[in-house]
Amino acid sequence: MSETVGIIFFIIGGLFDLFGCIGLVRLPDIYNRLQAATKCVTLGTCFILFGAFFWSGFSAMGIKALLCAAFILITSPTAAHALARGSHIFGVKLWEKSLMDKYAEDEEGRLSGGKVEKA
Amino acid sequence: MTKKMTIFLVTLVTWLLLTWSLDPEEVIAGVTVALLISVLFSNLFLSQGKKTNFAPRRLGWFLLYLPVFFYYVIKANFDVAYRVLHPEMPINPGIVKVKTTLKTQTGKTFLANSITLTPGTLTVDIVGDWLYVHWINISTLDPEEQTKLIVTRFERFLRRIYE
Repeated sequence: MSETVGIIFFIIGGLFDLFGCIGLVRLPDIYNRLQAATKCVTLGTCFILFGAFFWSGFSAMGIKALLCAAFILITSPTAAHALARGSHIFGVKLWEKSLMDKYAEDEEGRLSGGKVEKA
Repeated sequence: MTKKMTIFLVTLVTWLLLTWSLDPEEVIAGVTVALLISVLFSNLFLSQGKKTNFAPRRLGWFLLYLPVFFYYVIKANFDVAYRVLHPEMPINPGIVKVKTTLKTQTGKTFLANSITLTPGTLTVDIVGDWLYVHWINISTLDPEEQTKLIVTRFERFLRRIYE
């Protein structure tokens, strides 16, 4: 029974990882690609790890899989956040069909005004 | 001192869960490493201005928040998958600016991470009370409407958990 559940989770996770990779290739700029990389790949990988947990139960492997899922849920958005912020400050432009960029509008005033708050 | 004790306990528990055995060798190695980490690196960990309050009411709201959060995560995945697989790629990306009413650092961190994991939005930066969010499909140009769509659904819960 639990093996069947594990296999179903593996398949769903693999599919979402695949969608994330297709997004990485198809979407136009780094910010949109990060969207695909954070959402689909985070959930896909978590599904695979949950699958590993259902497959092996409360053993060394299952507990490790659960811990890794928790770590990925915390670190993946943080990494995406750091990458997006870093590339924007470095000067990577948004896709030319983007509707607005409030961050660039505010960036100049914030940097010259000298009140960069550590958030 | 309490900070060092907390770090020691968290590191040790993580180690024991990862090794998943109570062999004396594993436990001694874990205690040594946890002790070293808590003594040498405790000043690298952020200290919180305010003591975290683990009142049962907050814990209850957190448990209530989890299913809501996972519902939005799953929705986000189908949303992005749809946009990626659609032949014409229906996206209208851009960076918008929204205001949060949360005051604590922990609350803001959780809000930013929740936004990143949910439909089409990715937090780029937090400056004071303002969040800069990259949105894959901007549906409205009105800032107040944007704030309502992105922030409010999580703030209701996070305010009760962290403030």
